[in-house]
Amino acid sequence: MKSSALVASTFTFSYSINAADKTIAIDGSSTVYPITEAVAEDFQKKTGTKVTVGVSGTGGGFKKFCRGETVISNASRPISKKEMDMCAEAGIAYIELPIAYDALTVVTNKGNDWAKTMTVDELNKIWQSGSSVKNWKDVNPAWPNQPMKLFGPGADSGTFDYFTEAINGRAKSSRSDYTASEDDNVLVTGVSGDKGGMGYFGLAYYLENKDKLNAVSIVAKGKTNGVAPSEQTVMDGTYQPLARPLFIYVHATKGHFDKDVKAFVEYYLANAPKLVKEVKYVPLNSSEYAAVSKHWQSKKAGTGFDGKNEVGLKIEDLIKRIKD
Amino acid sequence: MEIDKMDSEHSLIKPKTLNEVRAMIRKHKRKDFIFSSIGLLTIIFALLTLLILFVDLVMDGYPKLNYQFFTDFPSRRAAHAGILSAWVGSSLIMLVTFVTAVPMGVAAGVYLEEYAPKNWFTDIVEINVTNLAGVPSIIYGLLALGLFVYTFHLGQTIVTAGLTLGLLMLPIVIVSTREAIRSIPIAIREAAYAVGATKWQVVLHHVIQYSFGGILTGIIIGMARALGETAPIITVGALTFIAFLPPAPITSVAPFISFEWLQSGFTVLPIQMFSWLSRPEHAFHINAAAAGAVIIMLTLVMNGTAIWLRYRIRKNIKW
Repeated sequence: MKSSALVASTFTFSYSINAADKTIAIDGSSTVYPITEAVAEDFQKKTGTKVTVGVSGTGGGFKKFCRGETVISNASRPISKKEMDMCAEAGIAYIELPIAYDALTVVTNKGNDWAKTMTVDELNKIWQSGSSVKNWKDVNPAWPNQPMKLFGPGADSGTFDYFTEAINGRAKSSRSDYTASEDDNVLVTGVSGDKGGMGYFGLAYYLENKDKLNAVSIVAKGKTNGVAPSEQTVMDGTYQPLARPLFIYVHATKGHFDKDVKAFVEYYLANAPKLVKEVKYVPLNSSEYAAVSKHWQSKKAGTGFDGKNEVGLKIEDLIKRIKD
Repeated sequence: MEIDKMDSEHSLIKPKTLNEVRAMIRKHKRKDFIFSSIGLLTIIFALLTLLILFVDLVMDGYPKLNYQFFTDFPSRRAAHAGILSAWVGSSLIMLVTFVTAVPMGVAAGVYLEEYAPKNWFTDIVEINVTNLAGVPSIIYGLLALGLFVYTFHLGQTIVTAGLTLGLLMLPIVIVSTREAIRSIPIAIREAAYAVGATKWQVVLHHVIQYSFGGILTGIIIGMARALGETAPIITVGALTFIAFLPPAPITSVAPFISFEWLQSGFTVLPIQMFSWLSRPEHAFHINAAAAGAVIIMLTLVMNGTAIWLRYRIRKNIKW
């Protein structure tokens, strides 16, 4: 330890914490990244406060957050039980703030003219763990004899967790014989190159590739008509069950006592409606943003999920559950 | 001519007529030609692949390859997004890497080649050094995360990244230093000793001088490799959005030199490129292509410099 301290001091001799030079360190989900980047860019231009954003993934972000290395963590899923314990052990409390929606979009090839609408059961039949469906006609006899090629995110992604939870009933329970990639652009290329192709990813990637892909309308359980993913159907809550909230977790003490962090979060919430749209995600509706702002003002730390990911939860209900 | 006669009598090969000899030469020349053609085709194939890749990147990224691209910070608007923080980050990290890996690597190489006794210990060191040159870079990243970030508490900073890449480059420098030293004829050393030079004088005035070209080549090739590394840099915690530069190394107040930049967060060119590539908007893919072209150009310039320097230095050595 002695030698390590020596090495450390060699490199830190000129290091001084200077209030004006402080940076707001943010890390976490790559899905939430574009939104936080947009906010950070504008906030830094306006106030001069330095902000950095990293992309370690939701899990990697929480690890840093619970070690006190970052003050805000981007998350595409709620904090897990393990991460809650980790933060509790380090004495770090957090405020959970939903800031936008992402609509997981099931896409098919442009040449697919049969499966414009699919039910959750049909999706489950295809994607469930151990599924042997290899042809479109195996799912629905009315569909043509066309081999099915499946594309999806890797098992480490929050998108994968949410999709499997919503469609297969259990997070991470999925068939594994599909082409997996962490890069959604690879999935776009895959589905657009195969007539029987099918895959799922965030709405933004579909909107950028509308000319190459079809988005499948989803029939939720107990419903009869399909709903196509769009800003409107996500905001009015009819696109179910694949619309998911995205979060930022703010270090509770620093969030309220460090004026820069406080200013940043307030700027975030005030500008989210405009910036979220600009980076092609779906904003919460105005009453939901109002509820989130109120929640922020009330300084209530904790999570409304208790370590479990839930599908189809209303933002207002979620916030009501968080009691200090 | 007695011997010739005897030879042909004892030989199993019958004496050949002039035409047969000519045919044989032709056959051998044909083999020569076939081999050199295959060699040429392989080189053309390799170069063409690189050229196509490079031209493709330049063509895709052409609209972005302008002065502004180098002076803009990253942004959510593809048109305003640039690589300022990335290339500054890459350069500063390369500086730290150079300052740490080169003296250590050259010294280690000289020691192993000139001073170290030949025993089991140096054998183990040798095997390990050669092995380390082939270890996947992510392993260095994990090592650096445990050692520099968590044990030495250097943080996720430029100094950590520079030291990490320094570790990665060290075996390359050691191995190439040793190769370069080995290529010096033993006669040079013996001549120096003969006129009464000490070992240190031999090393300083002759060995290092003559092997300098080779050592330099190794250093620059190692640096070029380090420049394109992403995995270990991500592991030690590179940022993706950083829209400010590290503190300047030269300040207006005494002592005029500041090392605060070592403590700054950073991003590097390959990470910036990767981040743009994974965005949904096509406009960002153009930025990524432009960043890729910049990386290849930098690597080409570095390798080109290595070849040129080696040529210059070799030309000046007259044995």
